[in-house]
Amino acid sequence: MATPAASIQTKIKSESAENFIKGLWRENPVFVALLGMCPVLAVTNSAINALAIGAASTFVMVLSSTIVSLAQKLIPKQVRIASYILIIATFVTVTEYVLQALSYEVHKALGAFIALIVVNCMILGRAEAFASRNNLRQSVMDAFGMGVGFTIACLSLGTVREILGNGTLFGFQVFGPEFEPWIVMILPPGAFFVLGMWLLLFNWVKHRKEAAE
Amino acid sequence: MTTASSMSIFLNAALINNFVLAMFLGICPFLGVSAKLDTALRMGGAVSFVMLVSSICAYGINKALIIIGAPYLQLIAYIVVIASSVQLVEMIIKKFSPALFRALGIFLPLITTNCAILGVALFQTAKQYDFVQSLSYAAGAGVGFTIALVLMAGMRERLELSSVSSVVQGAAVTLILAGILSMAFMGFAGMAS
Repeated sequence: MATPAASIQTKIKSESAENFIKGLWRENPVFVALLGMCPVLAVTNSAINALAIGAASTFVMVLSSTIVSLAQKLIPKQVRIASYILIIATFVTVTEYVLQALSYEVHKALGAFIALIVVNCMILGRAEAFASRNNLRQSVMDAFGMGVGFTIACLSLGTVREILGNGTLFGFQVFGPEFEPWIVMILPPGAFFVLGMWLLLFNWVKHRKEAAE
Repeated sequence: MTTASSMSIFLNAALINNFVLAMFLGICPFLGVSAKLDTALRMGGAVSFVMLVSSICAYGINKALIIIGAPYLQLIAYIVVIASSVQLVEMIIKKFSPALFRALGIFLPLITTNCAILGVALFQTAKQYDFVQSLSYAAGAGVGFTIALVLMAGMRERLELSSVSSVVQGAAVTLILAGILSMAFMGFAGMAS
């Protein structure tokens, strides 16, 4: 038989797991909430770029959620949005300089979209809706889950676009030499089409589930 | 320092590299406020105004930051300026057109997190435009944003009247429409010299 302390322990654990998992699928920021669309569409013309923007956004989101959650009592209600944006902008500046030092090519490929993480509504949304009213542990789990969910969404666009538009995946050849790449997929319209098709697929699955019930 | 003429910068920002359809900046309002033609037009106007104001401010800030030697403050300074100019626009609209204020709703404060506006400020700095070039860049971006929003709203108003399969309804069909519109805009690429 579990002692009360142990059962509370498991409850806290399952709660953090729940907060982590919901971002992956049920409340996926991109596919369900349609937040943070600009980078998802703009820099996912190859899988490696998609991974980089996902990782950078996750990093910024986890760190800013940490600070927002720790400082929730210190920030006055009237200026909270401005304070959150300043916290996020600070971490984005850090990320930009770190990425420039780590990999100059990736930094160049992502261009201004690293700086534009500041205005990713997903990050501000999580700070306002979750981190500002939950404890540190839950906020970090939530931010991390949302970040991973965002990365999955970016990758699901990036891989499809790279395979169809360039015939490669992470730079490796997927098809034989006679494959004719669909150039449109790595151009801007391709991003809209691929995301539209993913949403269509999810809608279809949902409809079938509802019809089955 | 680039020497491109103001007119070519304007056309480039408005059509060839349209902010919404080719550079994917400002997708949130593009999908959110484009359901009605009238609202779309006014939203375009508000965004263009904020773009112009923040472009002028960003030019000044960039000069000042270079003088004091603190370029790492660029992002933080820009975002504060944009937030204040959005606040300004909000007050103006609330005073002169309460109906529009209600129609725009939550999307008005959200102009702050519209990446198109921060994008204008960042790109004009990256491209080292002088003052006049910056102004025409911001004006072109605003016009391009408005064009995209109005075209999209027109298409969506038509869509209301047609029967769409329930699987495609909602965001999926909007995105596919945006893709077709974006393909049409790629035709302008031939204009670039």
